[in-house]
Amino acid sequence: MNLWMWLLLACLLAYAWKLMGYLVPASLLRNPRMSRVAGTMTIGLLASLTIVNAMASGQALVLDARLGALAAGGIALLFRAPFLVVVVAGAGAAALLRLAGWN
Amino acid sequence: MPITWPTRLLQSPAVRVGLSISIATGLYGVSFGALSVTSGLDFWQTMALSLLLFSGGSQFAFIGVVAGGGSGLAAMGAATLLGMRNGIYGMQLNVLLQPKGWRRYAAAQLTIDESTATSTGQTDPAEQQRGFWTAGIGIFVLWNVFTAVGALAGGALGDPKQWGLDGAAVAAFLGLLWPRLKGGEPVAIAVVCALATVLAVPFVPAGVPILIAAVVAAAIGWFSHGRRDEGLEPDIDPYTEHHHHGPGAGTGTVPGGAA
Repeated sequence: MNLWMWLLLACLLAYAWKLMGYLVPASLLRNPRMSRVAGTMTIGLLASLTIVNAMASGQALVLDARLGALAAGGIALLFRAPFLVVVVAGAGAAALLRLAGWN
Repeated sequence: MPITWPTRLLQSPAVRVGLSISIATGLYGVSFGALSVTSGLDFWQTMALSLLLFSGGSQFAFIGVVAGGGSGLAAMGAATLLGMRNGIYGMQLNVLLQPKGWRRYAAAQLTIDESTATSTGQTDPAEQQRGFWTAGIGIFVLWNVFTAVGALAGGALGDPKQWGLDGAAVAAFLGLLWPRLKGGEPVAIAVVCALATVLAVPFVPAGVPILIAAVVAAAIGWFSHGRRDEGLEPDIDPYTEHHHHGPGAGTGTVPGGAA
Protein backbone atom coordinates (compact mmCIF):
# COMPACT_ATOMS: atom_id res chain seq x y z
CA MET A 1 0.00 0.00 0.00
CA ASN A 2 2.94 2.28 0.69
CA LEU A 3 3.98 2.35 -2.96
CA TRP A 4 0.37 3.11 -3.96
CA MET A 5 0.41 6.17 -1.71
CA TRP A 6 3.58 7.62 -3.28
CA LEU A 7 2.34 6.69 -6.73
CA LEU A 8 -0.96 8.54 -6.32
CA LEU A 9 0.81 11.51 -4.76
CA ALA A 10 3.15 11.58 -7.78
CA CYS A 11 0.09 11.61 -10.07
CA LEU A 12 -1.47 14.44 -8.09
CA LEU A 13 1.73 16.52 -8.17
CA ALA A 14 2.21 15.86 -11.89
CA TYR A 15 -1.28 17.25 -12.53
CA ALA A 16 -0.61 20.17 -10.20
CA TRP A 17 2.45 21.16 -12.29
CA LYS A 18 0.44 20.96 -15.50
CA LEU A 19 -2.52 22.92 -14.13
CA MET A 20 -0.29 25.54 -12.56
CA GLY A 21 0.80 26.69 -16.00
CA TYR A 22 -2.84 27.39 -16.90
CA LEU A 23 -3.75 29.10 -13.65
CA VAL A 24 -0.78 31.36 -13.00
CA PRO A 25 -0.74 34.61 -14.97
CA ALA A 26 1.80 34.35 -17.78
CA SER A 27 3.71 37.43 -16.66
CA LEU A 28 4.65 35.86 -13.32
CA LEU A 29 6.22 32.80 -14.91
CA ARG A 30 8.19 34.77 -17.45
CA ASN A 31 10.82 35.27 -14.76
CA PRO A 32 14.01 34.47 -16.72
CA ARG A 33 15.75 32.94 -13.75
CA MET A 34 12.92 30.47 -13.05
CA SER A 35 12.69 29.41 -16.69
CA ARG A 36 16.41 28.91 -16.72
CA VAL A 37 16.32 26.75 -13.59
CA ALA A 38 13.53 24.65 -15.12
CA GLY A 39 15.66 24.19 -18.25
CA THR A 40 18.92 23.23 -16.56
CA MET A 41 17.07 20.94 -14.14
CA THR A 42 15.44 19.03 -16.99
CA ILE A 43 18.85 18.49 -18.61
CA GLY A 44 20.41 17.44 -15.29
CA LEU A 45 17.61 15.00 -14.49
CA LEU A 46 17.65 13.35 -17.90
CA ALA A 47 21.46 13.02 -17.82
CA SER A 48 21.28 11.54 -14.33
CA LEU A 49 18.49 9.12 -15.27
CA THR A 50 20.45 8.00 -18.33
CA ILE A 51 23.60 7.21 -16.37
CA VAL A 52 21.75 5.62 -13.41
CA ASN A 53 19.91 3.28 -15.75
CA ALA A 54 23.13 2.49 -17.60
CA MET A 55 25.50 1.89 -14.67
CA ALA A 56 23.80 1.68 -11.27
CA SER A 57 22.67 -1.53 -9.64
CA GLY A 58 21.40 -0.57 -6.22
CA GLN A 59 24.33 1.23 -4.62
CA ALA A 60 26.92 -0.43 -6.84
CA LEU A 61 28.32 0.82 -10.13
CA VAL A 62 28.53 -1.98 -12.69
CA LEU A 63 29.78 -2.24 -16.26
CA ASP A 64 27.42 -4.54 -18.13
CA ALA A 65 25.40 -4.90 -21.35
CA ARG A 66 23.52 -1.71 -20.55
CA LEU A 67 26.63 0.27 -21.57
CA GLY A 68 26.27 -1.30 -25.00
CA ALA A 69 22.68 -0.04 -25.05
CA LEU A 70 23.92 3.46 -24.20
CA ALA A 71 26.45 3.35 -27.05
CA ALA A 72 23.93 1.94 -29.53
CA GLY A 73 21.38 4.61 -28.57
CA GLY A 74 24.03 7.30 -29.02
CA ILE A 75 25.01 6.01 -32.45
CA ALA A 76 21.36 5.85 -33.53
CA LEU A 77 20.90 9.45 -32.38
CA LEU A 78 24.02 10.57 -34.26
CA PHE A 79 22.38 9.19 -37.40
CA ARG A 80 19.21 11.15 -36.54
CA ALA A 81 17.16 8.00 -36.08
CA PRO A 82 13.56 8.47 -34.87
CA PHE A 83 12.91 8.02 -31.16
CA LEU A 84 11.42 4.56 -31.58
CA VAL A 85 14.47 3.33 -33.53
CA VAL A 86 16.78 4.67 -30.79
CA VAL A 87 14.87 2.67 -28.17
CA VAL A 88 14.89 -0.50 -30.27
CA ALA A 89 18.65 -0.07 -30.89
CA GLY A 90 19.23 0.12 -27.13
CA ALA A 91 17.17 -2.99 -26.45
CA GLY A 92 18.77 -4.89 -29.33
CA ALA A 93 22.32 -4.05 -28.24
CA ALA A 94 21.70 -5.14 -24.65
CA ALA A 95 19.97 -8.35 -25.75
CA LEU A 96 22.73 -9.26 -28.22
CA LEU A 97 25.54 -8.55 -25.75
CA ARG A 98 23.83 -10.80 -23.17
CA LEU A 99 23.39 -13.48 -25.82
CA ALA A 100 27.14 -13.19 -26.47
CA GLY A 101 27.79 -13.77 -22.78
CA TRP A 102 28.40 -10.26 -21.42
CA ASN A 103 26.05 -9.63 -18.56
CA MET B 1 -15.03 26.56 -35.80
CA PRO B 2 -17.42 24.08 -37.44
CA ILE B 3 -15.55 21.40 -39.36
CA THR B 4 -17.06 18.46 -41.19
CA TRP B 5 -15.56 15.21 -40.00
CA PRO B 6 -13.63 13.55 -41.45
CA THR B 7 -12.72 15.05 -44.84
CA ARG B 8 -12.03 18.65 -43.81
CA LEU B 9 -10.40 17.65 -40.55
CA LEU B 10 -7.97 15.21 -42.15
CA GLN B 11 -6.81 17.90 -44.54
CA SER B 12 -5.53 19.91 -41.59
CA PRO B 13 -1.72 19.60 -41.35
CA ALA B 14 -1.89 19.85 -37.56
CA VAL B 15 -4.36 16.96 -37.34
CA ARG B 16 -2.22 14.79 -39.59
CA VAL B 17 0.94 15.50 -37.61
CA GLY B 18 -1.01 14.92 -34.40
CA LEU B 19 -2.18 11.51 -35.62
CA SER B 20 1.32 10.49 -36.76
CA ILE B 21 2.88 11.41 -33.47
CA SER B 22 0.03 9.74 -31.58
CA ILE B 23 0.76 6.41 -33.22
CA ALA B 24 4.55 6.65 -32.84
CA THR B 25 4.34 7.67 -29.19
CA GLY B 26 1.40 5.41 -28.34
CA LEU B 27 3.22 2.29 -29.53
CA TYR B 28 6.05 3.08 -27.17
CA GLY B 29 3.57 2.56 -24.33
CA VAL B 30 4.19 -1.19 -24.79
CA SER B 31 7.73 -0.63 -23.56
CA PHE B 32 6.55 1.34 -20.54
CA GLY B 33 3.93 -1.25 -19.59
CA ALA B 34 6.37 -4.15 -19.84
CA LEU B 35 9.17 -2.33 -17.99
CA SER B 36 6.80 -1.20 -15.27
CA VAL B 37 5.57 -4.68 -14.35
CA THR B 38 9.11 -6.03 -14.48
CA SER B 39 10.19 -3.18 -12.18
CA GLY B 40 7.86 -4.56 -9.53
CA LEU B 41 4.68 -2.55 -10.05
CA ASP B 42 1.43 -4.44 -10.56
CA PHE B 43 -0.98 -4.01 -13.49
CA TRP B 44 -3.19 -1.38 -11.87
CA GLN B 45 -0.25 0.64 -10.54
CA THR B 46 1.12 0.66 -14.08
CA MET B 47 -2.24 1.78 -15.49
CA ALA B 48 -2.62 4.45 -12.79
CA LEU B 49 0.68 5.98 -13.91
CA SER B 50 -0.36 6.09 -17.58
CA LEU B 51 -3.92 7.30 -16.90
CA LEU B 52 -3.30 9.77 -14.08
CA LEU B 53 0.35 10.84 -14.24
CA PHE B 54 0.47 10.72 -18.07
CA SER B 55 3.93 12.11 -18.78
CA GLY B 56 6.37 9.63 -20.31
CA GLY B 57 9.59 10.94 -18.75
CA SER B 58 8.10 11.12 -15.27
CA GLN B 59 6.57 7.66 -15.60
CA PHE B 60 9.89 6.12 -16.61
CA ALA B 61 11.60 8.03 -13.81
CA PHE B 62 9.15 6.62 -11.25
CA ILE B 63 9.59 2.99 -12.31
CA GLY B 64 13.33 3.54 -12.86
CA VAL B 65 13.83 4.52 -9.23
CA VAL B 66 11.65 1.63 -8.02
CA ALA B 67 13.57 -0.82 -10.27
CA GLY B 68 16.85 0.40 -8.78
CA GLY B 69 15.58 -0.37 -5.29
CA GLY B 70 14.76 3.23 -4.42
CA SER B 71 11.99 4.26 -2.04
CA GLY B 72 8.52 5.40 -3.06
CA LEU B 73 9.42 8.88 -1.85
CA ALA B 74 12.50 9.04 -4.09
CA ALA B 75 10.44 7.74 -7.03
CA MET B 76 7.82 10.41 -6.42
CA GLY B 77 10.51 13.09 -6.11
CA ALA B 78 12.19 12.17 -9.38
CA ALA B 79 8.87 11.98 -11.24
CA THR B 80 7.71 15.32 -9.82
CA LEU B 81 10.92 17.16 -10.63
CA LEU B 82 10.86 15.79 -14.16
CA GLY B 83 7.25 16.92 -14.55
CA MET B 84 8.10 20.51 -13.77
CA ARG B 85 8.56 21.42 -17.42
CA ASN B 86 4.92 20.56 -18.10
CA GLY B 87 4.06 23.64 -16.02
CA ILE B 88 6.09 25.76 -18.41
CA TYR B 89 4.33 24.13 -21.37
CA GLY B 90 0.99 24.83 -19.70
CA MET B 91 1.88 28.48 -19.47
CA GLN B 92 2.74 28.64 -23.20
CA LEU B 93 -0.41 26.73 -24.18
CA ASN B 94 -2.61 28.87 -21.96
CA VAL B 95 -1.54 31.90 -23.99
CA LEU B 96 -2.04 30.11 -27.34
CA LEU B 97 -5.23 28.14 -26.72
CA GLN B 98 -6.93 30.05 -23.89
CA PRO B 99 -9.06 27.07 -22.83
CA LYS B 100 -12.07 27.94 -20.67
CA GLY B 101 -14.16 26.00 -18.15
CA TRP B 102 -13.71 22.21 -18.09
CA ARG B 103 -11.53 22.35 -21.19
CA ARG B 104 -8.84 24.04 -19.13
CA TYR B 105 -8.68 21.05 -16.77
CA ALA B 106 -8.70 18.56 -19.66
CA ALA B 107 -6.00 20.53 -21.49
CA ALA B 108 -3.83 20.47 -18.37
CA GLN B 109 -3.88 16.66 -18.22
CA LEU B 110 -2.98 16.44 -21.94
CA THR B 111 -0.07 18.89 -21.60
CA ILE B 112 3.05 16.90 -22.51
CA ASP B 113 6.09 17.27 -24.80
CA GLU B 114 4.37 15.97 -27.93
CA SER B 115 1.06 17.85 -27.70
CA THR B 116 2.91 21.08 -26.93
CA ALA B 117 5.28 20.56 -29.85
CA THR B 118 2.43 19.78 -32.27
CA SER B 119 0.52 22.89 -31.22
CA THR B 120 3.33 25.41 -30.97
CA GLY B 121 4.69 24.34 -34.37
CA GLN B 122 1.60 25.84 -36.04
CA THR B 123 1.03 29.53 -36.69
CA ASP B 124 -2.72 29.60 -37.39
CA PRO B 125 -4.64 29.72 -34.07
CA ALA B 126 -7.24 27.19 -35.29
CA GLU B 127 -4.46 24.82 -36.32
CA GLN B 128 -2.80 25.26 -32.93
CA GLN B 129 -6.06 24.14 -31.34
CA ARG B 130 -6.49 21.14 -33.64
CA GLY B 131 -2.84 20.11 -33.23
CA PHE B 132 -2.97 20.21 -29.47
CA TRP B 133 -6.22 18.29 -29.07
CA THR B 134 -5.45 15.71 -31.78
CA ALA B 135 -2.02 14.88 -30.38
CA GLY B 136 -3.16 15.14 -26.75
CA ILE B 137 -6.24 12.92 -27.04
CA GLY B 138 -4.64 10.58 -29.59
CA ILE B 139 -1.57 9.94 -27.45
CA PHE B 140 -3.62 9.62 -24.27
CA VAL B 141 -5.82 6.89 -25.77
CA LEU B 142 -3.05 4.95 -27.54
CA TRP B 143 -0.50 5.33 -24.74
CA ASN B 144 -2.95 3.79 -22.28
CA VAL B 145 -4.06 1.00 -24.63
CA PHE B 146 -0.46 0.01 -25.33
CA THR B 147 0.58 0.38 -21.70
CA ALA B 148 -2.06 -2.26 -20.90
CA VAL B 149 -0.80 -4.50 -23.73
CA GLY B 150 2.79 -4.19 -22.48
CA ALA B 151 1.83 -4.75 -18.84
CA LEU B 152 -0.15 -7.89 -19.70
CA ALA B 153 2.51 -9.27 -22.07
CA GLY B 154 5.37 -8.24 -19.78
CA GLY B 155 4.87 -11.16 -17.42
CA ALA B 156 4.94 -13.62 -20.31
CA LEU B 157 8.25 -12.25 -21.57
CA GLY B 158 10.30 -14.01 -18.90
CA ASP B 159 13.48 -12.28 -17.79
CA PRO B 160 13.22 -8.77 -19.25
CA LYS B 161 17.02 -8.49 -19.40
CA GLN B 162 17.08 -11.27 -21.97
CA TRP B 163 15.13 -8.97 -24.30
CA GLY B 164 17.23 -5.93 -23.44
CA LEU B 165 14.31 -4.03 -21.93
CA ASP B 166 16.63 -2.35 -19.42
CA GLY B 167 18.75 -1.28 -22.39
CA ALA B 168 15.61 0.19 -23.97
CA ALA B 169 15.17 2.45 -20.94
CA VAL B 170 18.79 3.65 -21.13
CA ALA B 171 18.40 4.51 -24.82
CA ALA B 172 15.02 6.16 -24.19
CA PHE B 173 16.44 8.55 -21.59
CA LEU B 174 19.37 9.35 -23.86
CA GLY B 175 16.86 9.97 -26.65
CA LEU B 176 14.92 12.41 -24.46
CA LEU B 177 18.12 14.18 -23.40
CA TRP B 178 19.67 14.39 -26.87
CA PRO B 179 17.56 17.18 -28.45
CA ARG B 180 18.34 19.39 -25.45
CA LEU B 181 22.11 19.17 -25.95
CA LYS B 182 22.35 22.10 -28.33
CA GLY B 183 25.58 24.00 -27.75
CA GLY B 184 28.39 23.64 -25.24
CA GLU B 185 26.60 24.73 -22.09
CA PRO B 186 23.81 22.13 -22.04
CA VAL B 187 26.42 19.44 -22.76
CA ALA B 188 28.53 20.70 -19.84
CA ILE B 189 25.49 20.64 -17.53
CA ALA B 190 24.66 17.08 -18.62
CA VAL B 191 28.25 15.91 -18.05
CA VAL B 192 28.49 17.56 -14.61
CA CYS B 193 25.17 16.05 -13.53
CA ALA B 194 26.07 12.60 -14.85
CA LEU B 195 29.38 12.79 -12.93
CA ALA B 196 27.62 13.96 -9.76
CA THR B 197 25.26 10.99 -10.13
CA VAL B 198 28.05 8.44 -10.56
CA LEU B 199 29.96 9.86 -7.59
CA ALA B 200 26.84 9.77 -5.40
CA VAL B 201 25.64 6.24 -6.24
CA PRO B 202 27.90 4.31 -3.81
CA PHE B 203 27.20 6.65 -0.89
CA VAL B 204 23.45 7.30 -0.82
CA PRO B 205 20.32 5.14 -1.25
CA ALA B 206 19.13 4.33 -4.77
CA GLY B 207 17.09 7.15 -6.28
CA VAL B 208 18.78 9.87 -4.25
CA PRO B 209 21.63 10.40 -6.76
CA ILE B 210 19.02 11.61 -9.27
CA LEU B 211 17.75 14.18 -6.80
CA ILE B 212 21.33 15.32 -6.06
CA ALA B 213 21.89 15.81 -9.79
CA ALA B 214 18.67 17.84 -9.94
CA VAL B 215 19.87 20.12 -7.14
CA VAL B 216 23.25 20.55 -8.88
CA ALA B 217 21.47 21.40 -12.14
CA ALA B 218 19.14 23.85 -10.40
CA ALA B 219 22.10 25.57 -8.72
CA ILE B 220 23.83 25.90 -12.10
CA GLY B 221 20.69 27.45 -13.54
CA TRP B 222 20.16 29.77 -10.58
CA PHE B 223 23.70 31.14 -10.39
CA SER B 224 24.75 31.25 -14.03
CA HIS B 225 23.76 33.50 -16.86
CA GLY B 226 23.19 32.50 -20.45
CA ARG B 227 20.43 31.40 -22.69
CA ARG B 228 17.39 31.42 -20.49
CA ASP B 229 15.21 29.13 -22.55
CA GLU B 230 17.56 26.21 -23.16
CA GLY B 231 16.16 22.78 -22.61
CA LEU B 232 12.64 24.12 -22.49
CA GLU B 233 11.73 23.28 -26.03
CA PRO B 234 9.67 20.11 -26.35
CA ASP B 235 11.60 16.87 -26.76
CA ILE B 236 10.21 16.11 -30.15
CA ASP B 237 9.94 18.28 -33.22
CA PRO B 238 7.02 16.66 -35.01
CA TYR B 239 7.53 18.76 -38.12
CA THR B 240 11.04 17.51 -38.74
CA GLU B 241 9.83 13.99 -38.07
CA HIS B 242 6.86 14.55 -40.32
CA HIS B 243 9.05 15.79 -43.11
CA HIS B 244 11.27 12.71 -42.93
CA HIS B 245 8.35 10.37 -43.26
CA GLY B 246 6.46 12.33 -45.87
CA PRO B 247 2.99 13.77 -45.42
CA GLY B 248 0.53 11.60 -43.60
CA ALA B 249 2.91 8.65 -43.34
CA GLY B 250 2.04 6.29 -40.57
CA THR B 251 -1.47 7.54 -40.01
CA GLY B 252 -3.05 5.15 -42.44
CA THR B 253 -6.20 7.23 -42.28
CA VAL B 254 -5.47 10.01 -44.71
CA PRO B 255 -7.67 9.36 -47.73
CA GLY B 256 -5.24 10.38 -50.42
CA GLY B 257 -5.46 13.98 -49.31
CA ALA B 258 -2.05 14.86 -50.65
CA ALA B 259 -2.78 13.77 -54.22
